[in-house]
Amino acid sequence: MSEKTLTVEFVTPEKRVFSGKAISLFARTLEGDLGILVDHAPLFGVLVDGKVRIKGLDASLQEFEVSGGFISVAYNRISVLGESATQ
Amino acid sequence: MGAQLRIYRRRIRSIRATKKITRAMELISASRIIKAQQRVAASTPYANELTRAVSAVATFSNTDHPLTTESATLKRAAVLIITADRGMAGAYSSSAIKEADGLVITLKERGLEVNTYLVGRKAVNYFKFRKRPIKNSWTGFSDNPTYAHAKAISDELISAFIADAQVDVNGVDELHIVYTEFRSMITQIAMNKRMLPLEVVEAEGPAPAGLLPMYEFEPDAAEVLDALLPRYIESRVYNALLQSAASEHAARRRAMKSATDNADELIKSLTRLANAARQAEITQEISEIVGGADALASASAGSQ
Repeated sequence: MSEKTLTVEFVTPEKRVFSGKAISLFARTLEGDLGILVDHAPLFGVLVDGKVRIKGLDASLQEFEVSGGFISVAYNRISVLGESATQ
Repeated sequence: MGAQLRIYRRRIRSIRATKKITRAMELISASRIIKAQQRVAASTPYANELTRAVSAVATFSNTDHPLTTESATLKRAAVLIITADRGMAGAYSSSAIKEADGLVITLKERGLEVNTYLVGRKAVNYFKFRKRPIKNSWTGFSDNPTYAHAKAISDELISAFIADAQVDVNGVDELHIVYTEFRSMITQIAMNKRMLPLEVVEAEGPAPAGLLPMYEFEPDAAEVLDALLPRYIESRVYNALLQSAASEHAARRRAMKSATDNADELIKSLTRLANAARQAEITQEISEIVGGADALASASAGSQ
């Protein structure tokens, strides 16, 4: 496994939902399902209501239900901005 | 017990009861300030990420967005005033209203009509009493606003901004917001800010190293911006609501603290007066007794 990991910040206006390292992240944008691994090209997408799944370093999967929002990926740093999110 | 003494004791009792209430309100506000501050802190990461995203998208798309462009001819401005639902908070609401009045005067000097939007019952009452027109108002959440409230307010204001002010009486060319900034426990300042047309300000904290990345946009830059800018307004309104809520609690705590101190002071001086009245009563009683005994003694001495 490569040394590189993703840094994920998952925030909503009311609180910080998730913050930490991850191997991969899956989300659904207006264009369709999206999986992000290390060294993904810079991307900015609009999320639709659905699940955001974060695979942690120990391969555990965390699921969040998100309603609306954005995802931005750059230099292995992912920010997910959800309008509201529940685990 | 003499009449004077009874009156003093009654006043002391009633002030003691008031003091208990103000003291309780002080303690409640004190604990709520901390919660309100935590909520401000909890919303900061989102606001920072959002600001970063907006500046990134704005840099890479040359598309003009209706929310960022100024109208060629300005006709009308909207002013959103954030105040409290309840009183007992010193000058909190009135200083926000005063700030808004100043803003309205400058806007009118620039030849603009003003549409007022209000948050909090205090402002609504103030405007109703003076029979000033209100476009819309939201009440009932000033001490504990949620993102849903901010969203409802922003939706209405954004649609007013997008409507053409020349033809639509609800349409506005500018949006100003008056809120109370929470600087610290002791300093809260009523401020006015222009929200729309948008000027994107840089996120607080260290900027990401290097140049902004060349983003791929999904679906495309214009649509991303379309979705992003209303969220940005919402988050700014939300932040203003949260700061105002924290300021409201701080102002109430301070007002209630001085009310409690005043009650203490009053109780102290009234107790002194009551003591003096009691002593005067005793002195009078003694002199009456002594006088009576003297009179008796001299009467019986005369008869012998």
